[in-house]
Order: sequence, then structure tokens, then C-alpha cells
Amino acid sequence: MTVQDLEKIFLQKIENEIKIEPRDWMPDAYRKTNIRQISQHAHSEIVGMLPEGNWITRAPTLKRKAILLAKVQDEAGHGLYLYSATETLGITREETINDLHSGRAKYSSIFNYPTLTWADIGAIGWLVDGAAIMNQVMLTRTSYGPYARAMVRICKEESFHQRQGFEILLVLSRGSKEQKEMCQDAINRWWWPALMMFGPHDKESTHSDQSMKWKIKRKSNDELRQNFVDMIAEQIKVLGMKLPDEHLQWNEEKKHYDFGEINWEEFWNVVKGNGPCNKQRLDARRKAWEEGEWVREAAATYAEKRNKRQAAA
Amino acid sequence: MNIQIKKYFYGDIPDDKSGGNIISKETKNDWPLWEIFIRSKQGLDHKHVGSLHAADAQMAIENARDVYTRRMEGVSIWVVQSKYIHATAPEEAGELFEPAEDKIYRHPTFYKLPDEVNQM
Ligand SMILES: [Fe+2]
Ligand SMILES: [Fe+2]
Repeated sequence: MTVQDLEKIFLQKIENEIKIEPRDWMPDAYRKTNIRQISQHAHSEIVGMLPEGNWITRAPTLKRKAILLAKVQDEAGHGLYLYSATETLGITREETINDLHSGRAKYSSIFNYPTLTWADIGAIGWLVDGAAIMNQVMLTRTSYGPYARAMVRICKEESFHQRQGFEILLVLSRGSKEQKEMCQDAINRWWWPALMMFGPHDKESTHSDQSMKWKIKRKSNDELRQNFVDMIAEQIKVLGMKLPDEHLQWNEEKKHYDFGEINWEEFWNVVKGNGPCNKQRLDARRKAWEEGEWVREAAATYAEKRNKRQAAA
Repeated sequence: MNIQIKKYFYGDIPDDKSGGNIISKETKNDWPLWEIFIRSKQGLDHKHVGSLHAADAQMAIENARDVYTRRMEGVSIWVVQSKYIHATAPEEAGELFEPAEDKIYRHPTFYKLPDEVNQM
């Protein structure tokens, strides 16, 4: 069969909503795009554990500590599901991780912001996981089978993340004056970076929407962002707090909220590595990898010895 | 085919220098890959849920427990090293599975029976 024929079959599957599976023929660019996107998604889950991990030992109660531990452990699992999905495309785990540590691969910029107070843990669950869920729900219908299956699993676990975050803020919003201020302050600092998570405006793209045509992505950045704003603008009323945007207003005609412009200079700055915690995050990942070297070696040696013993017996 | 993908989607940050070169190499400390099967409750089949790396079967089972059964998703785990799985090739799918398509008489709905006995 010629490449043209194979491509035709591939496009037909996409057209008919038939998932692409690891051993199916696929265009190189489809493979590469998926490798890049899924591995970046995996890195985001893993690096995303760091800002929250910061508060595990300082959670205000044992209950909050147990919840936060469970949430962060979930994120490790999400990273693993996604690394495994990446591997089905023919790249090794080690290569993927090397790309993260060398700075070649990216992860979501949101995790380059610091967690300054306990309220940040609430804001992250509500806003950051909330934004991630918008994207991930869409991705349960992505065209690459292993990615879609990982997303179904992840989405089942995510809703607890957003709910526990909102609940943290809800308690603070009903607390003392200081607690209320802390709640508002965290919302002020996380709101804009959360909006940035959806990426640049659709009109910024001068290139063809190949990812849309291949149904890797099924909604545009602006579409997802708008859905997110509409959801949060309603939910915040329950907290009695304010979103830090004077342009935020219900638009009766469009049946959507209007909102102000994102500071794109800040956005690109953080993407390029100049965010408040970029260096700290990568250093932490590299350190964990290097200091785990002896464990990986010991486990491999032990397994080898045991196999030999079993073969001899 | 040479398509440049530069659109910056959420969860996909293009980088001109990167883009995943697919050169697979096995390194010394790469733990083998294992496929994980979970029985969600007594009476049901084990079902494939995903894969993970582990040095040996024991570790694969322990990791599978942590990764795939944190919310009571399982009562039993099977692990098998991925390299021992043999599979049909996608190219063979037609030859293997299409012959079943025109044998509709293998399904109960093929037989039109009077109402009185249609519960059969
Ligand atoms: Fe996650
Ligand atoms: Fe999450």
C-alpha cells in the first residue's frame, strides 16, 4: 500500500470518529504532535505536584493534610497514565524525562507561580484544576486511543480536586476578616495565570489548525477560556468574593461573560522561563531524578539477581 | 508530508527546536514495561487498564496497586511483561474479522418468529 493510501485510510478513521491505536499507521506529524502534547501534559501533572507539595507539611488540620496528600498522589498517577500513553508512540520514558530536565520540553506555565498562603491551595484546586478539567473533558474525545483512555481515567479523579479546592475557599470566605482577605488575595493572584493556561488567542495562530483537523483538539483556546470564565463568574458568587477584573460583565446578547485582556507579556515571559519559579521547579525535578538513581539501580540489580536464582532453581 | 504545527494549544506548547524526535533507545536502567489487568469485583474478568515500568513482577504489582486501585477499583491484579504479549497486526484486521460481517444468521435477531414464541 502506498503512503497516500495509508493516509487516506487514516483520515477516513478520523472522519468517522474511529480512534487511532498505537500500531495503526499514522502520519509522522500526527505522531510527533501527540508525543509533544501528551508528554507536556504528563510533565505538567508531575511538576504540578510541587507547588501543592509545598503545603502538605503545613496544612492547617490533619483532615486537610490527608486530602492534599491524596490529591497530589492523584497527580502523580495522572503523570504516569500520560507517560505510558506517550510511550505507545515509540518514545522511551527516559527520553521524555530527559527532555523535561534539559528544558527542551515544556509544561504548563501555571506551575511556575509560588504558593504563598494556605488559600493558594484552595485557589489552585478551584481555578487551576478547574481550567485543566475544561481541557481534559474535551480530550476524552481526542482521536488517539491511549490518550483518550488516559483522559477518561483522569477526569473521573479530577472532580474531587476542584471540589476540595472550592471547599477550602468556602471555609475561608466564611471565616475571620484575615481569612476572608487571604481568600480574596489568593483569587487575585491565581485568576489571570489560570486564564493564561488556555494559551494565546485563536486569532494569533497564522498556521493551519492541524490539531483540530486531526481531532487531537476539539475546541479552540478561546472557546475553552470562555466556558471557564462563564463557569467561574457564577461560582464566585457563592464565595462572596470578586474576580480581579473590572471588565468582567454578563453580556446578555452573547449569553456569555465579557472579560478583560490578559497580560500577554507576562504570559510569554513565563513560557520563556522567566516566571517566578521556573528554575526552582526544574531544579527540584532534576534533584529528585538524580537522587533516585541509586534506587533505580538497586531495584534493577535485585531483579536481575532474583531472575538468575529462579533460573538456576 | 511535512506539516509544521505551530499553533499553541492549551496543553501543547510548540517549540521549534523540539517536537519529539522518535529515536527509541533502551538504556541500562530502564525497567521493563508491564501491562496491568484488574478484576474490579469477584465474578468479572480481569480487564486491561494500562501499563507501567517496574524492575520485577512484585514491584509491578505493588505499583499497579498504588496507581490503579486507589479508589477500590480492584480486588485482583494481573501483571504481564509487555514483550510477552502477542497481538494481531492492524493490517490483518480485514482478513481476520471481516468474514464475520456477512454471517448475520449467527445472531438471534436473524430469525423472525411469531409473537407467541418470540421470547425464545
Ligand atoms: Fe491532574
Ligand atoms: Fe488535578
